[in-house]
Amino acid sequence: MLKINNLHASVEDKAILRGINLEVKAGEVHAIMGPNGSGKSTLASVIAGKEEYEVTEGEILLENVNIDEMAPEERAHKGIFLSFQYPVEIPGVSVTNFMKTAINETRKANGLPDMPANEMLKLIREKSEMLEIDRKFLSRSLNEGFSGGEKKRNEIFQMAMLEPKLAILDETDSGLDIDALRIVANGVNKLRSRDNAVIVITHYQRLLDHIVPDFVHVLFEGRIVKSGGKELAHELEEKGYDWIKEEVNA
Amino acid sequence: MTKYTEDDLREELKTKEYEYGFYTDMESDTFPIGLDEDVVRAISLKKEEPQWMTDWRLEAFRAWKDMIEPEWANVKYVKPDFQSISYYSAPNTKPKYDSLDEVDPELLETFKKLGISLDEQKALAGVAMDVVIDSVSVATTFKKTLNEKGIIFCSISEAIREHPELVRKYIGTVVPQKDNFYAALNSAVFSDGSFCYIPKGVRCPMELSTYFRINQANTGQFERTLVIADEGSYVSYLEGCTAPSRDENQLHAAVVELIAMDDAEIKYSTVQNWFPGNAEGKGGVYNFVTKRGLCEKNAKISWTQVETGSAITWKYPSCILKGDNSVGEFYSIAVTNNHQQADTGTKMIHLGKNTKSTIISKGISAGKSQNSYRGLVQVSSRADNARNFSQCDSLLMGNDCGAHTFPYIEVKNKSAIIEHEATTSKIGEDQIFYCNQRGIDTEKAIALIVNGFSKEVLNKLPMEFAVEAQKLLEISLEGSVG
Repeated sequence: MLKINNLHASVEDKAILRGINLEVKAGEVHAIMGPNGSGKSTLASVIAGKEEYEVTEGEILLENVNIDEMAPEERAHKGIFLSFQYPVEIPGVSVTNFMKTAINETRKANGLPDMPANEMLKLIREKSEMLEIDRKFLSRSLNEGFSGGEKKRNEIFQMAMLEPKLAILDETDSGLDIDALRIVANGVNKLRSRDNAVIVITHYQRLLDHIVPDFVHVLFEGRIVKSGGKELAHELEEKGYDWIKEEVNA
Repeated sequence: MTKYTEDDLREELKTKEYEYGFYTDMESDTFPIGLDEDVVRAISLKKEEPQWMTDWRLEAFRAWKDMIEPEWANVKYVKPDFQSISYYSAPNTKPKYDSLDEVDPELLETFKKLGISLDEQKALAGVAMDVVIDSVSVATTFKKTLNEKGIIFCSISEAIREHPELVRKYIGTVVPQKDNFYAALNSAVFSDGSFCYIPKGVRCPMELSTYFRINQANTGQFERTLVIADEGSYVSYLEGCTAPSRDENQLHAAVVELIAMDDAEIKYSTVQNWFPGNAEGKGGVYNFVTKRGLCEKNAKISWTQVETGSAITWKYPSCILKGDNSVGEFYSIAVTNNHQQADTGTKMIHLGKNTKSTIISKGISAGKSQNSYRGLVQVSSRADNARNFSQCDSLLMGNDCGAHTFPYIEVKNKSAIIEHEATTSKIGEDQIFYCNQRGIDTEKAIALIVNGFSKEVLNKLPMEFAVEAQKLLEISLEGSVG
């Protein structure tokens, strides 16, 4: 699904990613953990194609196609979805209208006609029920006045609507209380299939109790310095990141 | 109306040049340039006006000669040379026609390019058209239905001939001849415009609509509109404008007067899309308009405007809330791009008791443009319990444009409640990236954000106008980010 080879990226000439290698296969869940400033969110942004990041070396392949030159919307059309750590507000644009636009733009890019209104409504009903979202919520302006938890739940709702091949959840657990965390995690789990993959970026182990990863990677100073199974997350929870730093520096 | 699809939009976005930049070659009857008393008399004669009208014009002209062009607005431009303009131009295709078949095919072609073919308009439920092309009305539809209700909807020239008692009684009562420089000029030389009278207790069954066009090179257009809603009546009036490309600046100085008698309501909606000049700031229409409405007891006037065009817009649709319990509303979207300048807003003059006014202004600036909101809320000493709510929001695109807000509040009565809110925001790269990440390209993302920003005002427009307005917003901002 996704293959990252020796990826170096910088912002304003400051190198942030310094040689990432990662392979994510269909059906897998990968967790990326690491201390603040290790490059986790940068990695997510670079995969999604944010322009202010410059890829200086290496490549990103999605289903064996190099996506380096693709605009962010083209990557989205190919099935990359990023759940933002800080979702932005768009006043006056309802969640429903935004989703309708996003879905139809993606369909158009893939040579499909607009989704008929009844199908759209059905999809909205189905996905909002799955994520226990009150439908009144969907006529509110996108993220405007949303609580932290509502914003994150809305991100996962969008993911459910768009059904991406590769979903990257950037600190989706931050700002969520236990109930919201459970609902969001359940949503993600229901969306998992043999054909898609998820990258979970998180600081803490607690989300991984609900979305159980197949692999855990530790990012430190722009490199993946350790990889393992889900037990690695427990180890990090217990021992913190200092021992990783020591290992790296040793 | 045909459905407007995204493909249509995409197609339109490709068109860099001003969409309506064409010029219809029709033989015209045009006065030589220059302005003096003889020209004023000649216009009046040409229009077969009675003596009182000629005198009224001359009085305005004499006042205008001594007036000075105002300079207080936040706009910069080379002042027009009023002696190098021709003050009258009428299409030669007289007389009027009984059916469309008789209309000059070139004129029909013009309508087609504007997307307002009369056929389509006729089919369009509830819209009557009085089309003003270069100063003279050439087609009127739906007259019969309106006649049955006693509604008069015709060109102002026709009204002067056919209903002189109404015109004479009301013209200049809301915007006096000497009100301001441009109003005085208009009063002296107005060539045509629309007149509308809704009798007592009548609810006008359709949206009244007039399209104005400037078509003849170097012909300033000076329309005069007078709308009178008698006691307890209701009317919704739509005004939309487009103009062909010109290199020279074209002057447009209209006057609109609205009179809402006791318990009457007038809704006046405008989409203004005069040629804004090219990307370098060359050409474009100077739009100096005086619009004002008078509300008697329990009356209501709503101004809704979408201003996307003109090189310079100078315009303050206002309400004089004379009667007790009267209501004034102003909803505005003003878009400026490239080198456009807009100084627009409203005046709400509270004279009666329990009068209420609402102002919602949305300014969108892009390119190197300057966009100013200028508004006055005035509460007189007699106006007990007056209320005003003002909200002025500005949206900036890029770093070279400007947004300015000049709210003036003059309150002479302690019971007044005045609220003013203002915000300025910028379309952020984060917003664009967020949309991109969801598969929405930048052009579409901007359209989405701008429409969201403008929604409160777009919602106030009649349906058929809202679609057009939305389209205009998107076209006007094409290429302004990224």
